[in-house]
Amino acid sequence: MKILVVDDEVDVKTLFEQRFRKEIRSKAVDFVFAFSGKEALQYIDQLNHEAILILSDINMPGMSGLELLKEIKQKELVPKPIVMMISAYGDEQNYNTAKSLGADEFLTKPVDFKLLKEKLQLN
Amino acid sequence: MSLDKDYLLQKSKEEILKIFTSEYPLEKIPEFIAEEVSGFGTTQDERAHNFQEFMKILVLQYQQSQEMGIEVSFVEKPFHQWQNLSKDLALLVQEFDLSIKSKVGVNTIDFRLSSLFEWKQDSWKLIHWHGSTPVNVEKDAWHVTEWQKKNDELKQKVEEQTQNLMLKNEQLQKAKEQIEDTLKELKETQDLLIQSEKMASLGELTAGIAHEIQNPLNFVNNFSELSNELLEEIQEEIENKDFDEVKAICQDLKGNLEKINHHGKRADSIVKGMLQHSRASTGQKEWTDLNGLADEYLRLAYHGLRAKDKSFNSELKMDLDPNLPKVEIIAQDFGRVLLNMINNSFYSVNEKKQQLGESFQPVVSVSTKLLDGQIQLKISDNGNGIPEEIRHKIFQPFFTTKETGQGTGLGLSLSYDIIKAHGGTIKVESKIGEGTSILIEISQKKE
Ligand SMILES: [Mg+2]
Repeated sequence: MKILVVDDEVDVKTLFEQRFRKEIRSKAVDFVFAFSGKEALQYIDQLNHEAILILSDINMPGMSGLELLKEIKQKELVPKPIVMMISAYGDEQNYNTAKSLGADEFLTKPVDFKLLKEKLQLN
Repeated sequence: MSLDKDYLLQKSKEEILKIFTSEYPLEKIPEFIAEEVSGFGTTQDERAHNFQEFMKILVLQYQQSQEMGIEVSFVEKPFHQWQNLSKDLALLVQEFDLSIKSKVGVNTIDFRLSSLFEWKQDSWKLIHWHGSTPVNVEKDAWHVTEWQKKNDELKQKVEEQTQNLMLKNEQLQKAKEQIEDTLKELKETQDLLIQSEKMASLGELTAGIAHEIQNPLNFVNNFSELSNELLEEIQEEIENKDFDEVKAICQDLKGNLEKINHHGKRADSIVKGMLQHSRASTGQKEWTDLNGLADEYLRLAYHGLRAKDKSFNSELKMDLDPNLPKVEIIAQDFGRVLLNMINNSFYSVNEKKQQLGESFQPVVSVSTKLLDGQIQLKISDNGNGIPEEIRHKIFQPFFTTKETGQGTGLGLSLSYDIIKAHGGTIKVESKIGEGTSILIEISQKKE
């Protein structure tokens, strides 16, 4: 499964690569990383027609995760990507906006990787 | 002989009186008057230094008395007489009530006459006389009382003026004290305002700080958890004797520890920055990584605004010169300058975004550069720009274009003072509709 992780924090890449070390090794997952909304959209265009899961931070300078979500939904991609949004703890407003924009899942920081793996059905 | 002399003196005295009252034949006058006679009459022009001048006075007097039909009579008051030891000088001091009767009426005056006689060729001859009438001012012939009165008046005036001056001085002193009080109050108000300006920007920061701290803390937690897991894996691989894998995991472990350290420091500097911002300036210069400071405050300002206004967003661009040396600055003060500038930029792009909507992409950038020993720090935005007519006012205290409650109007003025205190310059470039750049330059070297 191709997973696109979008976050303005560069170290998220190392974090995911270590957290999913075994899954990456066994090729259960294939991660790509984008560090801004713009970069994410470029990836999505490149990865056209490939089934992907997008895991995006909301709080990013420039294009926010919510704007990215809106753009993705407007693209009407086939197959439809699964979009999971990650935001700060207890952020009702972002949660509601993400829901109304059609986000499939909503995670809060700090990301519970056990839970994430469950959601990705990797356990 | 002496009897004769006294008798003759008495005679002379009587004759002289007749002469002075124009009752004596002019041709007989020389018998009683010395050639060198001198003296003063009662009127201003009556003065004589010799016999001729004496006669001139008398002739005039005789004429006047005939024309006016003047009759003079007098009542003699007790008089004083003196003679020298050799009895050849005699002084007569006399006083009379002199009645002058004319066609017009009678005028009585007090007449005083001093006459000095010399015994010469067997007769007493007048050598000096002085006639006078006392000035009709009781006991004040020399106007002393009048002067005293004037003096008193003057003194009083001076006193009044002194009193006035003292009163005015007192009023001035009071006014001065009032101004000083007002100044003190203003200074206190200013301190309060500066503090409230700080607290206002701190309020804006708090949310940003919470957000900014969360990310590094997540990393610290995640990487330490992971490292623990890696240690377990190392043990497993040692048992498997796969030392290549052990090496690889150790490498990851080292990387993780570095990341823990990095993010721990990041959180630390954010907390420190917040504390520094809220505290009064220490005024202590310290060697500071301006790039780090710029990065930190750009993020803090951004997240602070985001926390306040979810609809706000802006692209952040950082172009930091990796060769920038550390500079000796009051980091806390400099951070406030950065925060002010960056906040203004965000405010401006946000305003434009609200006017133009989706079509506008806000960008705020911070760049640093080392150029000829000068460190340049530039904060730019693509906002609405600053109108030419207010550009010169933006560094004035309390000047603000923001709505009431949105800004204290002290941010830029404080920033200006801070940069000036660092021996630096601050320049504004702005184009309406295109954006604003603030260029701060400080010397790399110690002042
Ligand atoms: Mg983020």
